[in-house]
Amino acid sequence: MKILVCVKQVPDMESKFKVNGDGNWYEDNDLAWRMNEYDEYAVEQAVQLKEQESDTDLTVLSIGSNRVKETIKKSLAMGCDRGVHVTDDSSHLKDPFAIASIIAEFAKDKNFDLIFTGMQSQDRSSAQVGVLVAELLGLPSITTVVDFAFADGQISAKRELEGGVKALVKTKTPALVTCQLGLNTPRYPTLPNIMKAKKKDLLSLPVVELLKVEGRQETATLSFPEKKGGGLILEGDASDLADQLIKILKEKTGVLA
Amino acid sequence: MKTLLVAEHRDGNLLNSTYELVAFAQQLGAESAMFLVGNAGTFPQYDGTLYLADSDKYGEFNPAVHKQLLLDVIAKEQPELVVFSHSSYGWDLAPRIALALGAAQVSEVVEIIDGVPVAPVCNAKLRRTVKSKTAQQVFTLQAGAFGLNEEPSGTPTVVTIDTETAAQLEFGGYEEAEAGGVDLTKAEVIVSAGRGIGKPENLGIIENLAKALKGEYGASRPVVDSEWADHSRQVGTTGQTVSPKLYVACGISGAIQHLAGMKKSEFVVAINTDKDAPIGEVADVLVVADLKQFIPTLTEKLS
Repeated sequence: MKILVCVKQVPDMESKFKVNGDGNWYEDNDLAWRMNEYDEYAVEQAVQLKEQESDTDLTVLSIGSNRVKETIKKSLAMGCDRGVHVTDDSSHLKDPFAIASIIAEFAKDKNFDLIFTGMQSQDRSSAQVGVLVAELLGLPSITTVVDFAFADGQISAKRELEGGVKALVKTKTPALVTCQLGLNTPRYPTLPNIMKAKKKDLLSLPVVELLKVEGRQETATLSFPEKKGGGLILEGDASDLADQLIKILKEKTGVLA
Repeated sequence: MKTLLVAEHRDGNLLNSTYELVAFAQQLGAESAMFLVGNAGTFPQYDGTLYLADSDKYGEFNPAVHKQLLLDVIAKEQPELVVFSHSSYGWDLAPRIALALGAAQVSEVVEIIDGVPVAPVCNAKLRRTVKSKTAQQVFTLQAGAFGLNEEPSGTPTVVTIDTETAAQLEFGGYEEAEAGGVDLTKAEVIVSAGRGIGKPENLGIIENLAKALKGEYGASRPVVDSEWADHSRQVGTTGQTVSPKLYVACGISGAIQHLAGMKKSEFVVAINTDKDAPIGEVADVLVVADLKQFIPTLTEKLS
């Protein structure tokens, strides 16, 4: 069985963001980078499937500048067999259609039985790339998956809907699945596996070899939302803060009566 | 401007989010028609053309078939803009339509400024305006971003539609959310734990504060996904929607999915080390503090 998992490197969402000089994305200096959380579930599910199915080859792909190699290496340490780094210093300016086209161009003649992606990225949160890859390749896709099983060429999945309801969906491979938070428990790479990962293949492909399309949209401006007033901000010593808060709760709510 | 609104149907019922699409079109001053895979008993209250495919025949979830039904309507109506809710149905179907049309898709639109869509970035810490390069566009709208000012009314002109397209997926029905556990909707005070509690052992201090305030404790999605708390404690889009007299958000950054579940609370206190966390936008009081120090102190003074 051949599996592809697509991962993105994103900033830690707790970071202090700054708008870049062109005013069209965030400044990428001084940020801590990590694997997109949704993609961690995708990698874990792909590795679990590899463990379940004998004779499986699992490729992890990521697009971006040199630093995304760290995210590919983490995936390799979690259990992927080989890495593909599509080198692109301006991937942050590409739209979901362009990104999906790059992935589909890479995957089109590789006969992957299953492709896993996160259901969205934490920074752009467009929730488009996975579905677009599947559509470009003419594959069925199941999105927002919180439960996944595979047997005899058939995927049985549960999609998460609003209100905690789940939809039961089945399809046959080849197919693509987009992973929602909570699908599994992503493993931490162990030190021996981190060492082993260093010996795994990591192929670099320049993006120009795979990008054959024009993007269909661009970010015109990036800015901070206006603070809509917000509330009172309290800072200081824990004991003083507790006294201040209790006073406010007594005045403004009926719960301490 | 001509728009096509893609309504949603679940378990035999029209979803209320349909009216957010109508509100969006009204706000834009745009002409609209509506598309629905549903059934005759659940027409939206809407004055306009409703293209209706039978959900008994085509299934409520059947992307390849819904895609073809919708593309046929788009070919006939030639809308400049196709509008979905940014929901499990909308974000699944919209990219399929956008690709087939060669159109740009802007996801999770929260506002239109001078005709330009605005969408959140990095958990709403930032926002961006998006310039489409295609004449036709597809939008998905963030839940709750657009609302009707009045009760919906009207009667649609129904046009029944059909297709021969084959399904790619087999839809096996729904599994209801697990029943039982705690009904947070009845609690007057809820103290919720977020990822900021750091480790499961710290849930105890949240529970203790909830007890001191005679309330229940709740949790955000990451805490439930990590199995530190039961799903019946989850507040947000995929958990419970609550409106207590007091909501205390502890170490919760304030993802839109969480805010949707608690923003109707009467009074909101947020306890967070990050002053810029989006939860601050809905909080009446934001206490900037390390919750591991602050909450036990607060609990002790309350007891």
